[in-house]
Amino acid sequence: MADAYEAINDADDPRWAYGTGFADPLAGVDTRLPGGVDARDLSAYCLMLGDDALVMSHRLQEWCTHAPELEEEVALANIALDLLGQARLLLSRAGAADGSGRDEDALAFLRGPEEFRNVRLAEAENGDFGQEMARLLVFATWRLALLDRLASSRDPVLAAVAAKGVKEVAYHRDYAAGWVVRLGDGTPYSRERVTEGLAAVWPDVAELFVPHEVEARLARAGAGVDPATLREEFDDVIGQVLTAATLTRPSTTVAGSGLGRGGDHTPALTRLLDELQSVARAHQGATW
Amino acid sequence: MVSPRARSGAPGREASSAWEVARAVLDPELPMLTLDDLGILRGVEETGDGSVVVTVTPTYSGCPAMAAIRADLSAALRAAGYADVEVRTVLTPAWTTDWITEEGRRRLADAGVAPPGQAPARRSGPVPLTLGPVRRSVGCPRCGSGDTEEVSRFGSTACKDLWRCRACREPFEHVKEL
Repeated sequence: MADAYEAINDADDPRWAYGTGFADPLAGVDTRLPGGVDARDLSAYCLMLGDDALVMSHRLQEWCTHAPELEEEVALANIALDLLGQARLLLSRAGAADGSGRDEDALAFLRGPEEFRNVRLAEAENGDFGQEMARLLVFATWRLALLDRLASSRDPVLAAVAAKGVKEVAYHRDYAAGWVVRLGDGTPYSRERVTEGLAAVWPDVAELFVPHEVEARLARAGAGVDPATLREEFDDVIGQVLTAATLTRPSTTVAGSGLGRGGDHTPALTRLLDELQSVARAHQGATW
Repeated sequence: MVSPRARSGAPGREASSAWEVARAVLDPELPMLTLDDLGILRGVEETGDGSVVVTVTPTYSGCPAMAAIRADLSAALRAAGYADVEVRTVLTPAWTTDWITEEGRRRLADAGVAPPGQAPARRSGPVPLTLGPVRRSVGCPRCGSGDTEEVSRFGSTACKDLWRCRACREPFEHVKEL
């Protein structure tokens, strides 16, 4: 081909450089809604679960070049990639369901912080490795219980995304649990770090189990999960890990209610999005 | 390797040809495997007017190879003479490593990557927590020894983890059970 630019932008050319021409992760998937499920609610719900994954993925990506060992760096990047994949499917589903036609990029890169629906646990600034393992344990334990129930959603797309996610997040939870045990039952210093890490993330735990009205409505319609129903499994798993780690459960209780799910975020999310969205906002309409 | 071929006029042969072309496309991250070996090719349908609909399923939600796989499928079929190629994604049932064929497992081992064991059967109730090292027997793909240990549950791609052989002292990758 005479024009090299044309050559690398030809979607039919397998030697793609700037994209494959296949951008939609839900291409060819039947995205019609089941009866009795409100499209706006389903879209809002997909944003909640998608934003949890996107924002948590970004925090884990920030560990690249900062993890204590190469193996942990690879592990955190892998977990971040799984969550990014879940986010792509869920954001695509959100855009398809609400009829706005917004694709995953528009939803990830062109919304302001007040439009994000993730829980605050995901957006908090990174601490040290012990704190990250504490956060990942809490996040993955909660998300695994959620996705496991969502796998029987009446919405076939959510059910399929959840069923796949269960297998992935089970690995994430085991990884974080292993580290919390190793650090808690390790040296006095490692024990101190993970104890402080748990105390730092614990104020964001209560919010995970408070249903937003959208979650409550979709749970009644058989398409979503009421997060309040996850508490027992969460407490049981965290209890197993803390016992093995010879640690005690933090006593902090903060009655979080509809915070992140309602768009009420901390300045940490604004800073995160400033970085996440900088390239897309500087080059509007660019594709990659 | 797929060689471009002219389309035949017989619908039956066309369907069979499209399948042969699609199944021989190589996975970009595990290039010792065809998509057929990997078990992600779920259907190849020809409508008779020169168009083909290929259905694939992702391995992991975030597998970055998925877009490349779809582009490679499209390119291979067009090169084989199919003018209109559509590649659809199907999410359910979720892919499992149990779908990797026997031939695929042999090719992985030949390339120094330990093939996966049987995927864990899911019992009813909550997903059980696994603390501590998993007692699994993964044979070293280099020397065949069973005296191996897991180094990390995560590796260079989403589908692999890292192991070490205590007998020949070599590190190796293993396709982890999913």
